Amino acid sequence: MLDQGKAQIIFDKLKKFVSVPEIEVIFSSTDYSLTRFANNTIHQNVSETNEIASIRVAWDGKTARATTNRFDDESLKRAVESAEGIARVEEPDPDRLPMAREGEGKQDGAVPSRWFENSAALTPADRAEAVGKIVSVAKKNRLVTAGIYSSSESAEAVVNSNGLSAFHRQTSAEVSITMLADDSSGWQKANSPDVGTLDPVRLAEVAAGKARKSRGPKELPPGKYSVILEPSAVLDLLGFMFWDFGGLAILDQRSFLNNRVGTQLFGENITIVDDVAHPLQSNAPFDGEGVRRRRVSLVEKGVVRRLVYARNTVERMRKSEAAPKVGEIEVTGHGFPLPNEMGEAPTNVVFITPGGEQTVEQMIAGTERGILITRLWYIREVDPYEKILTGMTRDGTFLIEGGKVKHGIRNFRFNQSVIDTLNNVEAMSEAARASGEEAFDMVVPAMKVRGFNFTEVTKF
Amino acid sequence: MTMKQIADWALDTANKRGATYADSRIVDDRHRALATKNGKVGQAASSESLGIGVRVLVDESWGFAASDSLAREAVDEAAARAVEIARASARVKEHPVRLAPEPAVTVEWSSPCKIDPFKTSISENLELLMKIDAELLSVPGVTLAESNLHFRRYEQWFHSSQGSAIHQTRYITGAGFASFSFQGAEIQKRSYPNSFGGQYQGKGYELVDELKLVENARRVGEQAVALHKAERCPEGRMSLVLDSSQLGLQIHESIGHPIELDRVLGMEANFAGTSFLTLEKLRTLRYGSDIVNVVADATEQHGPGLGTFAYDDEGVEAQCTPIITDGLFTGYISSRETAHSIGENRSNGTMRAEGWNRIPLIRMTNISILPSPKPLTFDQLIAGTDGGIFMQTNRSWSIDDKRYNFQFGCEIGWEIKGGKLGRMFKNPSYSGITTEFWNSMEAVCSRDQWTLWGTPNCGKGQPMQTMGTGHGAAPARFRNVKIGTAYKGN
Repeated sequence: MLDQGKAQIIFDKLKKFVSVPEIEVIFSSTDYSLTRFANNTIHQNVSETNEIASIRVAWDGKTARATTNRFDDESLKRAVESAEGIARVEEPDPDRLPMAREGEGKQDGAVPSRWFENSAALTPADRAEAVGKIVSVAKKNRLVTAGIYSSSESAEAVVNSNGLSAFHRQTSAEVSITMLADDSSGWQKANSPDVGTLDPVRLAEVAAGKARKSRGPKELPPGKYSVILEPSAVLDLLGFMFWDFGGLAILDQRSFLNNRVGTQLFGENITIVDDVAHPLQSNAPFDGEGVRRRRVSLVEKGVVRRLVYARNTVERMRKSEAAPKVGEIEVTGHGFPLPNEMGEAPTNVVFITPGGEQTVEQMIAGTERGILITRLWYIREVDPYEKILTGMTRDGTFLIEGGKVKHGIRNFRFNQSVIDTLNNVEAMSEAARASGEEAFDMVVPAMKVRGFNFTEVTKF
Repeated sequence: MTMKQIADWALDTANKRGATYADSRIVDDRHRALATKNGKVGQAASSESLGIGVRVLVDESWGFAASDSLAREAVDEAAARAVEIARASARVKEHPVRLAPEPAVTVEWSSPCKIDPFKTSISENLELLMKIDAELLSVPGVTLAESNLHFRRYEQWFHSSQGSAIHQTRYITGAGFASFSFQGAEIQKRSYPNSFGGQYQGKGYELVDELKLVENARRVGEQAVALHKAERCPEGRMSLVLDSSQLGLQIHESIGHPIELDRVLGMEANFAGTSFLTLEKLRTLRYGSDIVNVVADATEQHGPGLGTFAYDDEGVEAQCTPIITDGLFTGYISSRETAHSIGENRSNGTMRAEGWNRIPLIRMTNISILPSPKPLTFDQLIAGTDGGIFMQTNRSWSIDDKRYNFQFGCEIGWEIKGGKLGRMFKNPSYSGITTEFWNSMEAVCSRDQWTLWGTPNCGKGQPMQTMGTGHGAAPARFRNVKIGTAYKGN
């Protein structure tokens, strides 16, 4: 596994190979293992070790990148030559900044250690034992289970010729479980840097309960319903909008926030920050240029207050016509590795709930008629400015009547505006770390949303 | 040191430690990715990745380990780790693995490539992209122009404990552009020759020349701007004509995925989902109308698709499998492990891995609809349509986890009235149920209108793997389709 010393040694070697003024190297190192099961059997079981050096050179407004996983001198020289060869023929970009310097960008709050010995030490036998317990839950409930149990240890570093050196290492463990009955299913997923916080058996029992309770699903007509979205469903639905919270998205006029920053876009109960130091968050405290990530208040009481910025975007935004309309413009440490077309995005999203939180059970008890949704699936953007998304419900969709879960229902297709969603939130739970399939992990609450727009129903 | 010697280290170690079967794939994967945005370089990158993946069967269970080092110690360690993992797999086993037999072969194969894209001038590559951007930005109202080129060279050495030695090199080239227009409260987009990266094929740089990107830029940019003034696509049931790229994606989502036998057998239930095509439907289900004929064809004869190869990633020869024959469902895509579940004694060769560090999974090869044997041009197709909508170029796609209910949005639509194309429509969309939709197909154009499209970004598996798939398609007409539901209620 890569450490800061090894990264520096390779960087020093690369510096000798480069013939241009600036060089930056992003190192990443991974030991990753995943045990996959289906039909109550471990059917795939994999492990990977890989280390990568991604080398960027820059001079006179030109920049390019070459990546290799080979660290012999010949391969490193070839990568440097490749990056220089691409950059050499570029037209200079006068807006491109020199590489970042150490200390550029500030960090708000200390980031807790995200490396845990027990996660790093997890063996194939440990994962198999846990999967055995999940299968036992399935059999006890006369169900069939499928899912994954993964664990990993990773390190990343950004080092550049301006003296910047940033290093982060962490562990991760993840469990995802589907329980299948003849005509229904249930699902749960969780991950954490600390495997000790995961409880695969409890997740299996919850998933099994959903599969059992949704047997014999009934068909309801499409239309607008009150829904209770569990945190994973909230995450996957709302995750799409955060790609639009970067400064470059505004400059490109591809963001739904164009002409909307500073306006009351969402309900007053919506407050969202990006905070890498949050105890339930994960990942490195620096961005693709090694700049420290700041805590950014994205939405305050429904008003979009600020965007996130990479270094280059800040300079461009300050010179643009949009500058007076986008709030504070400063480097926030959210840039992707350069060169890139996307600029930046918040990736450590945390919802700040307004008080008066309810559990999902309390939300159900307070709902005369509505739909309880475990998970959403295959979400895609229908309209980029109104932020209408389409997708399906999956793995545990229920009718609520008279404050109680009545029975499972066939899955719906939705075509729903994110803006409308966040204007119609009637209740929230406490925010929790959630994991889905369509968006990066966030700290989000379950939400009760009125008027959710289902347009079709499928056959199961 | 030869690749054969390195592979032998892995296979010998696996064998000594108790593997009853082992294979290794050494992969040298190289990319060049260039992109511009509004006349400036957006992406300029090259990459190379070399490593070995070792897959073993122990106690009738799978293990896999991959290493980025081809040094003896690392290769031995990877093979030993794969065996240890397989032994752990065997602790939770209700379904032992049985492999369909496959003869050992020694093969050398390269995909046809007239112009090695990596030998083309980067300067000329960027110049081309800048010219496209300039053409797009010359259209008043275009607010964002994006162009891209992507080249890949994928060289693989496959060796198995059963004696196969297969060395394949594939070249992939992709190119395209997109123009965006933001006005008022609306963002419109037009792409060429397809959305989400353009066209991808198993060819060299000759593909870029064939696409005539600069020549089409202004027209496509003008359409992006014109969409603001177009009426929104109406809602209702009517005839639908799809262009070949959208039909390619329709095939991918509503035929290609449901025929994956691992999905059918529940192996993907936790992530990608299962399939409505349960085993009893083979050779009994009317999947489509009588004119629907679909194949899964990985052979070179099918064309330079992203699913074209000589042998799959577990050493099975490329084949052409009839999937839908005159409307009847006739075939799944399978692997050595799953072939027996449909009574076959041989895999039809569709196991593919993203790289050295991933196991092969059942993946689409080239899943293509066969063109009409009778001549039918696009103009004739429209002329034979009294009323309806013609939709071009995908904008959004979504389908449920059993692959029944789908909804697609397209970038642009056109009214068809009295056999002629009329008004432009913006925000067109359509939806339906897979088998109902394919049974409503009443015409497909002939070979001269048929294009082998490439989908470079198909995701599947845990950990996620991205794979390129091919989809041959020609413009086609469907009757009584639900149009315009994407905006219903909004």
